[in-house]
Amino acid sequence: MFSFDLLINAVVSGILIGGFYAAVTCGVSLAFGILDIVNIAHPAFIILGSYVAYIVNATFGFDPILTAVVMLPAFYVLGAGIYQIYYVSFEKRGQESLRGLAFFFGLLFITEVSLVLYFGVDYRYVDAPYIGPTWHLGYLDVPLRILVPCLVSLILIAALQLVLTRSFIGRAIMAVAQDQLALRLMAVDPIRIKRIAFGISIATASLAGAFLIIIQPVEPSVGRQYIGRVFAICVLGGMGSLPGTVIAAMLIGVVESLTSTFYGPSWAPAVSFGFLLLTLAVRPVGLFGR
Amino acid sequence: MRTPLFLLISLAIAAAVFAATIALGNDYVFFAGYVVLQYVVLSTAWNILGGYCGYVNFGTAAFFALGAYSTVAVYKLIEADELPHVVPMPVLMLLGGLVSGVIGLGMGYLTLRLRGAFFSIATLALAVVLETLVVNWDFVGGSRGAYIIRPEEIAPLGNYIRYLFLIMLLLTVAALTIARLIERSRLGYGFATIRDDEMAAEAAGVPTLRLKLIATTISGTLMGMAGAPFPYYIGYLQPDSTFALDYAVNSIAMPLIGGTTSWIGPLIGTLLLGSLQQIITVTISSAVNLLIVGALLVAFVIVAPNGIVGLVHTYLQRKPEDFVGRRRVDADAAEPAP
Repeated sequence: MFSFDLLINAVVSGILIGGFYAAVTCGVSLAFGILDIVNIAHPAFIILGSYVAYIVNATFGFDPILTAVVMLPAFYVLGAGIYQIYYVSFEKRGQESLRGLAFFFGLLFITEVSLVLYFGVDYRYVDAPYIGPTWHLGYLDVPLRILVPCLVSLILIAALQLVLTRSFIGRAIMAVAQDQLALRLMAVDPIRIKRIAFGISIATASLAGAFLIIIQPVEPSVGRQYIGRVFAICVLGGMGSLPGTVIAAMLIGVVESLTSTFYGPSWAPAVSFGFLLLTLAVRPVGLFGR
Repeated sequence: MRTPLFLLISLAIAAAVFAATIALGNDYVFFAGYVVLQYVVLSTAWNILGGYCGYVNFGTAAFFALGAYSTVAVYKLIEADELPHVVPMPVLMLLGGLVSGVIGLGMGYLTLRLRGAFFSIATLALAVVLETLVVNWDFVGGSRGAYIIRPEEIAPLGNYIRYLFLIMLLLTVAALTIARLIERSRLGYGFATIRDDEMAAEAAGVPTLRLKLIATTISGTLMGMAGAPFPYYIGYLQPDSTFALDYAVNSIAMPLIGGTTSWIGPLIGTLLLGSLQQIITVTISSAVNLLIVGALLVAFVIVAPNGIVGLVHTYLQRKPEDFVGRRRVDADAAEPAP
């Protein structure tokens, strides 16, 4: 019937998966939570990151996480470019609500269909030394393929948090969310700050994509399962608070893991949506919102 | 033009379309035409919430699938009694519309009190969750899918597809009439105030939440009604294809390409894009056709924010001095027509 070690294993793997979810979500927390840009194409960029890691791994045998770190500047430039288009076409004209959303939806679709046309719908995976082995600690099983992404993800988020709270650019990013005019009066160009912030947001997708393809095989439409999850975590974590994002991600990870252990994996996708609706209905500012 | 007159003219056009399609004598035209008409209904329904109120619904597939799966549920219930097809299609459509409308109302009640983006995200997630439910619900086929055996013939029309085509044609007329009626009523003006400035509308005493809920319900109902005959059309219903993102991207792209502020925009957008898709699917491939829809959507929202209707509008309203003076009016920078 009810077994204790099954429960412990489910909770631990939920926390580890939650660490990975935090990496997937931190870009959205930055874009949606702080900059108010509803980038629903974020999961598509993550899949793009997975495929970059896959190509480099398949041709040169490089480590996927290392590849992702090297690719960070490229994703940053991509993000900055997209923000520039978004700003000129929508924010400047005040049309971000309807047409800006449609724009990102179109981007999501173009990225996904292009990947399908080029790579087909076969599942792709990578090779790395930490993908096979599992640590056995007593009756606890810790697969390294989930532990490694979780740890790197926590390092990434800690670094992001440091940048946001300690550096000038980071403080300017936090300020742009509060009062653009005041920022302008301090002789800082808010558009430039937002461009940088959105670039960072997309850059995190490079790493998150590498984590994703380490944890599970990837095909182009996998990203869709993450849309609901990512926004649920972002809202639950209090929109734009990185520590909140980590805690919310682990919470959702644990509940999903418990659901799939005790009710079957096919029910897991419904969990995040339930959380999202519940949060929106009961406490829209999230668990850690101000 | 008064609504009864509009309805009569639309019915006359519909009758002419139906007669012309029969005259072509090829049943494939019915199959292709059905899909285009289905998208006219979906995009018109999307536009009632998206275009009139400015709230983006990404869950078209979810509402459509609710309609389709309520038909499957009824079919499976009756199949046990070995008497399929006793429930007439209009009843199935009303049922599908009801289910879908109620879910739309519930979703809207939970999320519409917040900023628009939350509603959009919730609709996106709704599709995933409903798919999870259907996959786990063995009665309607689960992940294996469900077979619906449609009757070969129907009394005066011949092939059953003609009947489905006719029904979808009538639903199209109904949807367009409803959209046009809303546009010219108090309801439509209320919707427009929400789209233009919700805060100001609320301050001026417009009951914004109630209006948004009405829009969501009407929109969801129409999408469900469009989905109800689908199992009979396709013959084999499977969660993956029923919840496909194609429905969402099409029903957003078509009104935005046509123009969102009036009933004719989605119609124009769908007739253009829908026919183009049918041609590309047959001649090239269906993946390329989706890529083209996505690219057109992005291109139109950036370059022509008011769609084809907006382009025609600015073209008709240009004045000679716009061209001789230095003060050339920038069409794209203009606010959308009230």
